[in-house]
Amino acid sequence: MTLTTSALRIFRFQFQDALSSRWLLVHTLIYLLIAEGLLMSTGFTDKALVSLINVVLLLVPLVALLFGVIHQYNNRDYTIWMLTQPLERPGLFSGLYLGLTVPMVLSFSIGITLPFLWHGGLIAVQSLKLLTLLGLGSILTFSGAGVASSLAIRFSDRVRGIGLALVIWLVYALLFDGLILMGILIFGNWPVEKALIGVMLLNPIDLARLILLQTFDAAAMLGYTGAVFSRFFGSSTGMVIATTALLFWVATPVWVAGRLFQKQDF
Amino acid sequence: MHLMHPIRISNLHKAFGPVDVLNGVDLTFHPSETTAIVGPNGAGKTSLIKCILGLTHADRGTIDVLGRSIRDGVAYRDHIGYMPQQAHFPENLTGRQMVRMVRLLRELDDIDHALVRTLHLDAEMDKPFRVLSGGTRQKISALLAFMVRPSILILDEPTAGLDPVSSAALKDHIAERRAEGASVVLTSHVLADLEELADRVVFLLDGRICFDGALDDLRQMTGERRLERAIATLLEGEAA
Repeated sequence: MTLTTSALRIFRFQFQDALSSRWLLVHTLIYLLIAEGLLMSTGFTDKALVSLINVVLLLVPLVALLFGVIHQYNNRDYTIWMLTQPLERPGLFSGLYLGLTVPMVLSFSIGITLPFLWHGGLIAVQSLKLLTLLGLGSILTFSGAGVASSLAIRFSDRVRGIGLALVIWLVYALLFDGLILMGILIFGNWPVEKALIGVMLLNPIDLARLILLQTFDAAAMLGYTGAVFSRFFGSSTGMVIATTALLFWVATPVWVAGRLFQKQDF
Repeated sequence: MHLMHPIRISNLHKAFGPVDVLNGVDLTFHPSETTAIVGPNGAGKTSLIKCILGLTHADRGTIDVLGRSIRDGVAYRDHIGYMPQQAHFPENLTGRQMVRMVRLLRELDDIDHALVRTLHLDAEMDKPFRVLSGGTRQKISALLAFMVRPSILILDEPTAGLDPVSSAALKDHIAERRAEGASVVLTSHVLADLEELADRVVFLLDGRICFDGALDDLRQMTGERRLERAIATLLEGEAA
């Protein structure tokens, strides 16, 4: 059996399991309520979508990291049992990883999209913006779940794994911009902007925010790091670099998790 | 049934940090034989089983399954049925879905459904795992291990959580598979089960084999009739 075949077969059953998951239903409902609430209060304006971006950029990585790591600790014995089957580890890892992430992405996408559908908001311009939001939310989910997988494989201690997932989220979602701002204040007299661009590539959430706000032509609402990035690269170059960096942010954690899974003693 | 040794282990070493959990284990498992691996907690029983199953990578030594090194790939696991101490499967899947999954992953056309009837699982196979009792989950775990008709069965506390009727049925099935030529490797803290099922006892202590022989030889050596006493005597002897 090829790796792809075994991965797809494992994924199929993981997906079936996820379809009946109450947790996933709650996850969908949360996004649905958020999107519905914002659309009801502000209508189909860019303001509603920008508010949605801010919620999504905070919530999606948190869910991917926390749910990802908890799910894998809860399923550790099942993973061990699967490892006793005649399956190559890369195929098994791929199946389990996709079985974790694809339902999360679908759940998030359905929750966000449904209010747009029933309010008749999927006109051409809004659809493109919504698709960008869903695409970047999906990328952040794949990235966060990759980091979560690495943590759950590397640390058999559940408390440590969950704690680290929370710390990583706090750093990237909340502290990173604060640290950048502090750097600017301290080194304000130095030409630090180019260095900042490099530093910003280290934060997938800021990268996603930059792409989204450029799509929305809402530079005035950019966070500080995004503003610097945007100013230096202009929209097209900045977009290419940010997108490449974001894809790197998916590939690297997933690759690390796969390597750890390959070598780990269970 | 294969004529070569189902499992042959040579000079197996495994350490976790500074702790040697397996320290030069040499062991051969034979067809139509039930081998009980016993020893106190931390003796290396689980590590040994994990090394055979490929869950843990040995530091040194070799493990051959049916004449092929386990380092050559995962195909050797086609011949192994494994039943863990506690069965954990996805909460929303059913026993029937798990059976289908194992069939697909092992690419089997035909499987042995005998245990479904023997263990009275017919009515439970379409219920999600989240509503099943621990005992029923354990029965489905047994079904998944036995249904592929493996030539090697590795059973970790197989009767844990089972009611007496199911426990007896499972033990009968283990004996049946052994009679058909399977090599059964068993760990259990229920020594009565081992007395009933095992032909051979391997006693591990600090990652080394302290005794490897027939159950009767162990009794004779220690002068104890009951396995529990015999193992205690062995342990005391090692401690002295």
